[in-house]
Amino acid sequence: MISRCEPPPRRCDVAIIGGGPAGLAAATELKNLGIASVVVLEREPQAGGIPRHCGHPPFGMREFKRIYTGPHYARRLVERTLNAAVTLCLDTSVVSIEAGGVLQLTTPMGLHELRATRVIICTGIRETPRAARLVSGQRPLGITTTGALQSMVYLQHKIPFEKPVIVGSELVSFSALLTCKHAKIRPVAMLEQYSRITARWGSQLLPGMLGVPVHLNTRVVEILGQQRVSGVKVCDTKTGKARVLECDGLVFSGQFIAESSLMRSSHLQTDPQTGNPVIDQYGRCSDPEFFATGNMTHPVETAGACWSDGVQTAHHVYASLSGLLGRQDQRLKINVASPHIKYIVPQMLSLPGNHTAQAGMKNISLRFKNPSHGRLSMRSHSGELVTKFIHTLPERRVKLSIPELLTLDPSASLEIQFREK
Amino acid sequence: MSQIDKTQVRESDSSRYDIIIVGAGLVGCAMARQFTLEGAHVLVIEKAADIIDGASKGNSAILHTGFDAPPDSVEQSCITQSYQEFIQIRKKLQLPLLKTGALVLAWSDDEADRLDGILEKAHQNGVDDAKFIGAKAILKKEPQLSDQLKAGIHVPREYVIDPWTTPFVYMLQAIENGARLKRGCEVQSGKFDGQWWKLETSQGTVQGRTVISCAGLFGDLLDQQLIGTSAFHIRPRKGQFLVYDTSAYRLLHSIILPVPNEITKGVVICRTAFGKVIVGPTAEEQESRDDASVDTAELESLREKGESIIPALKFEPVNATYAGIRPATEFKDYCIKHYTDKNYISVGGIRSTGLSAALGIAKRVYADYSASGFNHTPADKIKWPAVGQIAETQIRDWQLQGNEGIVCHCERVTRREIKAALTGKMPAASLNGLKRRTRVTMGRCQGFYCSAQLSVMTEGYFDQSISFQYGGYKDD
Repeated sequence: MISRCEPPPRRCDVAIIGGGPAGLAAATELKNLGIASVVVLEREPQAGGIPRHCGHPPFGMREFKRIYTGPHYARRLVERTLNAAVTLCLDTSVVSIEAGGVLQLTTPMGLHELRATRVIICTGIRETPRAARLVSGQRPLGITTTGALQSMVYLQHKIPFEKPVIVGSELVSFSALLTCKHAKIRPVAMLEQYSRITARWGSQLLPGMLGVPVHLNTRVVEILGQQRVSGVKVCDTKTGKARVLECDGLVFSGQFIAESSLMRSSHLQTDPQTGNPVIDQYGRCSDPEFFATGNMTHPVETAGACWSDGVQTAHHVYASLSGLLGRQDQRLKINVASPHIKYIVPQMLSLPGNHTAQAGMKNISLRFKNPSHGRLSMRSHSGELVTKFIHTLPERRVKLSIPELLTLDPSASLEIQFREK
Repeated sequence: MSQIDKTQVRESDSSRYDIIIVGAGLVGCAMARQFTLEGAHVLVIEKAADIIDGASKGNSAILHTGFDAPPDSVEQSCITQSYQEFIQIRKKLQLPLLKTGALVLAWSDDEADRLDGILEKAHQNGVDDAKFIGAKAILKKEPQLSDQLKAGIHVPREYVIDPWTTPFVYMLQAIENGARLKRGCEVQSGKFDGQWWKLETSQGTVQGRTVISCAGLFGDLLDQQLIGTSAFHIRPRKGQFLVYDTSAYRLLHSIILPVPNEITKGVVICRTAFGKVIVGPTAEEQESRDDASVDTAELESLREKGESIIPALKFEPVNATYAGIRPATEFKDYCIKHYTDKNYISVGGIRSTGLSAALGIAKRVYADYSASGFNHTPADKIKWPAVGQIAETQIRDWQLQGNEGIVCHCERVTRREIKAALTGKMPAASLNGLKRRTRVTMGRCQGFYCSAQLSVMTEGYFDQSISFQYGGYKDD
């Protein structure tokens, strides 16, 4: 892995917080668009983000037209970024964000202040760990998330257990399964609390192929063990019957949430329910000098999707630097009037005002909390703007097209509704 | 009694000690410091891999004034004495102090009626600055509180302190001034021959003139094992806590206390020295002395309780959950007993105010011990140890040059801090020990980002390692 650390400058045109796929894509694209000084601030000793420790394919289809493993893909992204003459600052943490593009940093050399004309925040996501799920039991060793397991296996060549239970059936849960296989760990079972596997594609076949039983309608009740995990008590959500699975570890996989605590303690708005950054269709935050992109705006999509986000956002930042995005644009908040919807993005729409409307995101992306079937619509006081029927599971992206902006009344109040069928 | 030899054991005599303290929890740490600074040659033995591993690991980190302790109780006098000493020494020991003050809040008319009694007791206990405060004034002070509150009492000198560095630095000061600490060392049996205690332990025989039991949750069992009787029975009482992330810190300033009942002080909401907010504890009687498990239903009820007091907590993420077990007994007061014919002092039933009272308990025990004829000469010069700063009110290592980069991003723990905690005079001997010295993995991601690096950095340091080597890896 390339690790070329540069001390951060005092000033730059665009500072990018987070050197994962979205951040590296945005940085490279901005340089290609001709922006003079672009700085990526990465808190880890290496850039590349989460793919660095996903030692399995497929990565890179849309970016490189090839299939790579995660670490190889991450190296290619970093190479490309360095070739574009982006300043890559490693071991550099942003500790606070202030109005006016001021970032307080810390590096191995101590504190540092950086002032940027525009800032892109792409600090990614993380899985919900055991504690935040309020799971019963003591605190034995052997409880991880997929992220922690993968970085142990692929970056440090270590394993935290030999026969764990994997909790969840999202795409990442299958990633955990592959990681186990790679390290010769034999998972005892995979648990899903609903009646269907959450992940979309062929992964339904995987556990069967690897000989790992999948228990549907099964919920974790209690972790057993004091020093190390000795088992897990689970419960059938239909019959209420409890039983114990013997295991020496647990992987709490998925339930991704935005790593947005830096934003939460700044002047920028985040959604109180989810912690996601509040952005408009250009990725602009409540303070339009700041942008947010990548997985933190929509937990969770693939690395490729984040890379695309980064490229798109680079163009919006470029437009903003060129004065093509109005700073005082009228912004319409989109309200959500359904308890079934987990989040929407963007959460506000900027009306073009005196400018020519710049193309932004074409769709509003949504996620639901539970399996849902019904009619989704966006309304204003004057009536329905867009509508569609949907049939979806949790953790799957639903799209609703953004109405033609010029048709929107600046005083309109926008609302997303969902009627169950 | 006069035949007992009470001359001081010389420090060079490494196999014999003036004092053997059994248990390195809060009380044991403060005891070791007190006796060492008085000049005694002290050995501390702890059965866990690291110190502060029993009841002391899960408290609410409050420095109490003792305003609501039973007047004239041993507890009340120890808290008062401890409070004064803590304020005196804390700067020299670089210990943080969050001057939060506390509000005892009444949420019903019935509770409001009981405020009179609480205030009277506070004044009786010498906490003269405790005052009534009306609902309006409370909400002005703490605008995030639910407006359902009736009235309250303001106790300005109830403060928040660092629950880990505090006992840690007590023990470190003892060690730097000559005490010895054996961890992973469990008492198996013991005999007093009229002059000397001979304790058989998992690490061999140790000899001392006086044994002080600071065995916390196992205090009654140790008493029975060594002197055949105990003045109390431990009735373990578990308390679960929720820890909210940094963004909740802005929601309150004061320690929010309920009107206490007979059994418990009730659920507290307060800031921590580490920039978080805690809600807890529950009070659950249980048989087990070491099952500190949390429970989904109880945690959810704590969440509800917290939100009923500070509604905005609804939108704050929970970082961590933990449980502590308090060594309660059948008595309301502490059970400190000196068996002078056996050179044995039992310090038991220090149930929920140990952090606030430990220094006072140690002083009280020393006074009693020296009154029975033992005397030591304090060293000319006392050493004051320097410890890593983990509280948010202090200058942290990440702000300093040469920190070698951050490993745990949530809690901003540097590589240099972790290395320092793994070496030195009292190196971390377990992952929990490392957490309590550095805060590593204790933040919102609970190790998502750093546990891999940590497993490599700690390799060979702990009995129970975080991970194991395997041979299957090939780079793509």
